[in-house]
Amino acid sequence: MPTTVDVEAFGRAMDRIRDEVLATLGEDDARYIRGVIALQRKLELTGRALLFASWLPPAWAAGTAALATAKILENMEIGHNVMHGQWDWMRDPKIHSAAWEWDNASPSEQWKHSHNFVHHTWTNVLGKDRDIGYSAMRVSPEQPWHPVHLAQPFYNVLLALFFEYGIAVYDVELERLPKGGKDPKEALEQLRAIAGKVRRQVVKDYVAFPLLTGPCLLPTLLGNFTANLVRNVWGHTIIFCGHFPEDAAFFTEEQTEGETRGEWYVRQLLGSCNIDGGPLLHLMSGNLSHQIEHHLFPDLPSNRYAEIAPRVRALCERFGLPYNSGSLARQTGSVWKRIMRLALPGPSRPEERDLPTARLREVG
Amino acid sequence: MTTPYTTVPEAASRRGVRARLARAARWLTTPLDPDDYLGSLNALWPAGEPRGRVEAVLPETPDAATLVIRPGRGWVPHRPGQWVRVGVDVDGVRHRRAYSLSSPPGHHGGLLTITVKEVPDGLVSRHLVRRTEPGTILHLSRPEGEFVLPDPLPPKLLFLTAGSGITPVMAMLRGLPTGRAGGAGGTPDVVLVHSAPAPENVIFGAELRSLAARVPGLRLYERHTRSEGRLRPEELPELCPDLLERDIWVCGPAAMLEEVTAYWTGPADRLRVERFLPAAQVADGAGGPVRFTRSGREADADGGTPLLVVGEEAGVLMPSGCRMGICRGCLVRLSSGRIRDLRTGRIHGEAGDLVQTCVSAAAGPVEIEL
Repeated sequence: MPTTVDVEAFGRAMDRIRDEVLATLGEDDARYIRGVIALQRKLELTGRALLFASWLPPAWAAGTAALATAKILENMEIGHNVMHGQWDWMRDPKIHSAAWEWDNASPSEQWKHSHNFVHHTWTNVLGKDRDIGYSAMRVSPEQPWHPVHLAQPFYNVLLALFFEYGIAVYDVELERLPKGGKDPKEALEQLRAIAGKVRRQVVKDYVAFPLLTGPCLLPTLLGNFTANLVRNVWGHTIIFCGHFPEDAAFFTEEQTEGETRGEWYVRQLLGSCNIDGGPLLHLMSGNLSHQIEHHLFPDLPSNRYAEIAPRVRALCERFGLPYNSGSLARQTGSVWKRIMRLALPGPSRPEERDLPTARLREVG
Repeated sequence: MTTPYTTVPEAASRRGVRARLARAARWLTTPLDPDDYLGSLNALWPAGEPRGRVEAVLPETPDAATLVIRPGRGWVPHRPGQWVRVGVDVDGVRHRRAYSLSSPPGHHGGLLTITVKEVPDGLVSRHLVRRTEPGTILHLSRPEGEFVLPDPLPPKLLFLTAGSGITPVMAMLRGLPTGRAGGAGGTPDVVLVHSAPAPENVIFGAELRSLAARVPGLRLYERHTRSEGRLRPEELPELCPDLLERDIWVCGPAAMLEEVTAYWTGPADRLRVERFLPAAQVADGAGGPVRFTRSGREADADGGTPLLVVGEEAGVLMPSGCRMGICRGCLVRLSSGRIRDLRTGRIHGEAGDLVQTCVSAAAGPVEIEL
């Protein structure tokens, strides 16, 4: 393995891929996203309609499955990617990062700030990227251990079940309040916005639709609850697989000082992990199964990640850089192993993790 | 002709009920609108956004075609002479242009027509004339414009048109009462002076000639500029001796509008001109003056400095984020001008676009809504 890597040449190769994709965006891409949106809305309508007959167990199961699938598509392949501005080039005022609001507790304005700006700019930088363990968990040995972390496998389960609420509240950065790092007035305003959004979401899924289905009130309520739960757990799984498997690297602020374009690309690469799978997995994960490509090119349309992934991978091989990819089971297992291990104190010298960080320091 | 308008109180109360229903339905579709779901089932169903489906594309001249459009539920009836902004996707990208409606309201079961002349290097006009298939969905605006006929009609009218300037006037002519001249419900005294390069370039040529032969009060003067030269305003009294007694509608190239306006000595309110919106200015990427329309601040920008920096240095409160083109925290609306993407060098931008100021530089004079 080479000890130094020509980081800037790697960066230029990445820029070329980006330019090539941008130059060929056109009608087929537009048709793709409109097709996914139309499919998602029809699935949702189908699911909600089936729940009107949800006293029949097969109708309940089919309706709930359709609704859960629709909610997953809406959050992952549509909402997340539209809000990244991946489709802004179409200049369709409806499918635009400035206009999109998603079926999730987190208001899009707040989420765009904490995700697009904080997380994507400072990917896996300790003390900067608040997505590291979502401020509640210890996912890197550099984070100091505290007895509260003993319970983190348990509250990671809770976080998975109620992921959308976790994300919404997390965006408010409550932990910065006591030290004065956050204006309480701003936090209050954000909480108000969340409450307004949550109210509408809750009324829709847990009041309006159950009441409308009349005698099927309870099964509909349960179906909607299940669909939201499934969506939350799936979203949590995909996102944790993207940054927290054991091979993912974390960085310190000093390492990113004066970072060049090439170094930025390398950090994005080392801090992200892909999930191997077929087209269905890619669609249902919002193409975050191509987390590496997404982090290298957050605003390229998601339908293009699959075609550029082999090129990125080949370039990584040529430049002697790791490309972390594994099956869903492997990456999920790896995430959980990390969360369990780091619930306990240590390791004081993170030998296995020294590798990528040290390499970046060397090449940067 | 039957009127397409519903009487006001009835329409208002219906709108009130509809608005309440829509608000209630929104609790079921939040965070989206019911329209978003309806639109996924049938593009013409949304009531909140005017759309149309192209039913046919009829060639008019070698470089002009009429698009027959079925409007969706969101369409608001227009008045003859008004224009509409048409949004059409070319290679996946939405472009908007204004076109006059060439049909009167209530025409052929509510179908609309716009007549488009292909302009040299015109991306959108070429797409509409050459590459548009029946079934294409167009994103429309509400009809706009004051270039319309008054009610009641004045007794004597003169339409002065050139090229595709005939389109709004065609909507008016097609909607004129066709009874006996002079009498109640009859055609007023109308003179149409229309210029085009040659007979085969006259948009609606056959229909105009047949109208003139059929409608008693309508007199048509066709000017073929390739053989007879351009019409000068000084020639008008010869063609139309009672010029000063007429209400005049002028639509055509900017130079013609200026000439006629300068020549006209009658009351100003009897002369109505329609200016087609100028196309986006050609920009060379060398930078230019940047004006921030809301704060009123101005700055000179070179072609390499991000607009974000230009604005900040001019003291404008610019939204910002990653400053590297990934987070879209810096999006602002472009009022006019063209910009250059500093990452790719591509020059782009149309009025109304949301643009990333951190990776865009001015490519000529630019106005930003801030």
